[in-house]
Amino acid sequence: MSATLEEILAQALQELATVNDLNQLDKVRVHYLGKKGLFTLQMKELGGLDPEQRRSVGQIINQAKDQFQQQLEACKERLETVALATRLAGERIDVTLPGRGQSVAGLHPVTTTLRRISKIFASVGFKVVDGPEIEDDYHNFEALNIPAHHPARAMHDTFYFDAHTVLRTHTSPVQIRVMESEQPPLKVIAPGRVYRCDSDITHTPMFHQVEGFLVDTDVSFADLKGVVYEFLRAFFEKDIQVRFRPSYFPFTEPSAEVDIECVMCNGEGCRVCSQTGWLEVMGCGMIHPEVFKAVNIDSERYSGFAFGMGVERLAMLRYGINDLRLFFENDLKFLEQFN
Amino acid sequence: MQISVAWLRSYINPAISTEELVEQLTMAGLEIGSVEPAAAQFSGVVVGEVVAMQQHPDADRLRVCQVAVGAAEPLQIVCGASNVRVGLKIPAALCGAVLPGDFKIKKSKLRGEESFGMLCSEKELGLAADAHGLMELADDAPVGVDIRDYLSLDDVIIEVDLTPNRADCLCVEGLAREVAVLNKMDWSTTQVNNAPISHQDVLTVSVADTAACPRYLGRLINGVNAKAVTPLWMQERLRRSGLRSLGPLVDVTNYVLIELGQPLHVFDAQKLSGGITVRRAKADESLTLLNNQVIQLDTEALVIADDQQALALAGIMGGSNTAVNDETQLVFLECAFFAPEAIAGKARRFGLHTDSSHRFERGVDATLQTRAIERATQLIIDIAGGSVGPITEVTTDATLPQRPAVFLRRLRIEKTLGIVLADEQILDIFQRLGMTAQTQADGWHIVPPGFRFDIVIEADLIEEIARVYGYNNLPSSSLLMRSELSRATEAVLDIDRVKDLLVDRGYQEAITYSFVDEEIQKAIAPEMEVIRLKNPISSELAVMRTTLWCGLLKAALYNTNRQQNRVRLFETGLRFFKKDGETQQQKMLAGLVLGGAYSEQWGLQARKVDFFDIKADLQALFVLTGCEVQFLSAQQSALHPGQAAEILSSDGDSIGWLGMLHPTLEKQLGFDTPVFLFEMDQNLVLNKRIPVFKSLSKYPSVRRDLALIVKEDVAVQAIISCIKGSAETALQDVIVFDIYRGKGVDEGSKSVALSLIMQDDTQTLTDSEIDAIVGRLLTLLTEQMNAKLRD
Repeated sequence: MSATLEEILAQALQELATVNDLNQLDKVRVHYLGKKGLFTLQMKELGGLDPEQRRSVGQIINQAKDQFQQQLEACKERLETVALATRLAGERIDVTLPGRGQSVAGLHPVTTTLRRISKIFASVGFKVVDGPEIEDDYHNFEALNIPAHHPARAMHDTFYFDAHTVLRTHTSPVQIRVMESEQPPLKVIAPGRVYRCDSDITHTPMFHQVEGFLVDTDVSFADLKGVVYEFLRAFFEKDIQVRFRPSYFPFTEPSAEVDIECVMCNGEGCRVCSQTGWLEVMGCGMIHPEVFKAVNIDSERYSGFAFGMGVERLAMLRYGINDLRLFFENDLKFLEQFN
Repeated sequence: MQISVAWLRSYINPAISTEELVEQLTMAGLEIGSVEPAAAQFSGVVVGEVVAMQQHPDADRLRVCQVAVGAAEPLQIVCGASNVRVGLKIPAALCGAVLPGDFKIKKSKLRGEESFGMLCSEKELGLAADAHGLMELADDAPVGVDIRDYLSLDDVIIEVDLTPNRADCLCVEGLAREVAVLNKMDWSTTQVNNAPISHQDVLTVSVADTAACPRYLGRLINGVNAKAVTPLWMQERLRRSGLRSLGPLVDVTNYVLIELGQPLHVFDAQKLSGGITVRRAKADESLTLLNNQVIQLDTEALVIADDQQALALAGIMGGSNTAVNDETQLVFLECAFFAPEAIAGKARRFGLHTDSSHRFERGVDATLQTRAIERATQLIIDIAGGSVGPITEVTTDATLPQRPAVFLRRLRIEKTLGIVLADEQILDIFQRLGMTAQTQADGWHIVPPGFRFDIVIEADLIEEIARVYGYNNLPSSSLLMRSELSRATEAVLDIDRVKDLLVDRGYQEAITYSFVDEEIQKAIAPEMEVIRLKNPISSELAVMRTTLWCGLLKAALYNTNRQQNRVRLFETGLRFFKKDGETQQQKMLAGLVLGGAYSEQWGLQARKVDFFDIKADLQALFVLTGCEVQFLSAQQSALHPGQAAEILSSDGDSIGWLGMLHPTLEKQLGFDTPVFLFEMDQNLVLNKRIPVFKSLSKYPSVRRDLALIVKEDVAVQAIISCIKGSAETALQDVIVFDIYRGKGVDEGSKSVALSLIMQDDTQTLTDSEIDAIVGRLLTLLTEQMNAKLRD
């Protein structure tokens, strides 16, 4: 034997001790354990020994080899730990940098408000319906019990195209259109754009309304009060005070205005509620028999209620917006506040 | 309508505060819009009388007055007003008085003469916006009494915002009736005594249009003193109703208007020729109104005329030619009932709205005229003297408004309101409201009074019960009713999903006006016939939009003018146009993008947005619907001719457009960066394909890449359509992964690199089968697209 097994092992262990990286380690492994590795050669030389010797020498070689292998594994593990630590340190990023890619925008606050209103009513089975915005005089006025020259027309500053065609001044014509084509029971809400020929700090010539109505046998004013109470509390997510005041709309009788306790000052009195502590939020009433007559629904058999509310007004109260005109300027600085 | 609460309380004075009264009226449907004090705060001012007066020795304009103020000795007060004179009664502010604006009165010296107070004008007391000289009090004003007590200035003015159905409350008596009903109190109307007739002169009255004027009363009063001063109490009540004193004759008619709700008119009878006729105007007539407006009449207008000409616009406004003035001695007092239908809309035609037209349009009590003319006569002769002639009355009973009884069913009350009320309670409500009730087995016949034009059907009576009972006292119930299961339509995508997708891809939702500037509209869509508003609010909002781009472009400019260099907007809504003379209202979805493809950030190369960025957004949208669409090169006047695509459905319907705003328009509108636009028909976009399951192949798919040389003008879409249109059943997908121009490709041609994905349902494709498919496709592409395989 040229070099003794002890010498090979000592040398091997020494080499292992100087190894710094996995490549070197692999070279060392091959040098000792590869096909032509020093330990391998030692094993090959066993072939020339007699069987008795072969076993005992083989055992000794295997012991040396095992010892080396254990050290090799330990070394490998150490180097891998170091390598991983180096990699991790090298791959460190500043996680506080902003993410990349397309930004997300948002819906217009009117849409968000409309969606909330629709969702609340849809939960009790109201169907969402829309209608034309260029409307005929019949559906916008006549069928709603507002004949020509009726003083109530003065309350609607109407945009005209010709004597019989207008931009709808409210969403109530949808009520007529639905009742013309469908039979009770009906539970409908109709959101959409409406137009009035008026423009100042508190009026824009276009705004949004939600009309709602319900027709069935035995619908009473008590049902109307119940629905309106529950809706307003659901919308403002608060057990707010609500009051009903007698009012007048040609298409409902009895008619009411609905006030809520001012959400800005909790009813204490402030600029928004003109110190009254109350805010007018919707008009409503029991559908007028003349309206039922216009759509051939028997008002003896059926009764119903209708209500209408201004969406911008509700959005302003909900989000504390103080200027109606902001809704239609589409200033990104305004819109992005509702994203 | 504005009125003094003290005046109201002179009829009915419930033991409640003004605040409670206001709440009570508001909750009964008579909304009180505002509550203001009748006079500004001031103190220390009493009724004074100038008992002696001397010229100030050192000042031409000043007088040194001795003023009795109820103390033992008169006070010396220096005064500069031109109307100061001995015997005049005036408001005198004593030393220590505080006038409006916290102006304190102290003893002072004016050019050497001591002054122990100040004589006041209406302006100085905050009772008028301006004044000429001292406020002159009545001769019988009690010297030394506090002026606030004398003029009852510790009063409150309420503004009643009445709905059009409640014309009966457009007067003090009407409101008093409501207060009495709400407080269950008794009250009585103003006592009116008929004036003694002292001459028999009359004007003939004829009514040509009896439908428009069912009742007309008139009388002559001669020898009136039009220069008489209206008593202060009346002036004050009128002032608190927002009416200025205009001499006793006009003041009286205004007073009776506010008191009883009956409009009256006084003509200077010396300026009339012949009798009075109520008729429709002639086609060529004109009239100069009291406000000096000259109006051209037509046969629609109802006028009061004499034998020669139209004198007044009936129920709206008198004419200036026959108006009373200081010299008037002979008056013709008119008190009529005009039918609401005859007056409604007429005032507005001439741009007028008067206290008179406001009431006649809504309905004046047709039984009130005799009482009202007697009340006005009484007040005129009390103030201005005169001798009274007999009333000439023309009444056509047939055209007077009828008040048929309305039947109210007991059960209907419960059905509508959800409450049961005792019969006595119901009868009490109606009786106090001035209605007569006749009890039947199952309800009541109720006859409404003349002043209620709004009680026509059963529901009107039920509302009265609810109103007096209190809406807030009525029950409220939880919604319990029949429900149908809602439908979940799958073949139509919900627009909310589309909006959410766009929002998630960085589009901000905008809402712009449906009417736009005609100039912008013409520039963007010159070929569309616009629908024009007859009465637009401004020229910038004059025509209905034929495309949502008008509003989006304006909104984008609004933002770029405010240092926003990246704008991504979308909007949903109707567009309006004429097609074959018919108005079309089409639901659209539109968007606008300009500026960077991404917001400014650290990790991406900054670049401007381009056509394909937007196309990707739209394609993402069509992934939601599962529908195949094609983007084909086409021309649209608002878009760049080389960067415009028409979006077509698989049926060939035009869904909409995508493209770059034409550079000419970009410049014309004031943008300094390319703008990309899209607009699509919502109904077509939202068509959703309901998925149909296809079994999955168990065999592997293979991919073959091809590079094809085609002419520049061959659209990639055409190549894809050509491949997809082939009969190859194994072909699953085609992917474009590169477009190359330059070295190795001839000028005017391009190389399109494609991947073909193939898979068979029944077997693994062999190489020879794959080669055969590719070969057949190449032949097809050569034939149809003139494509060559790149070497």
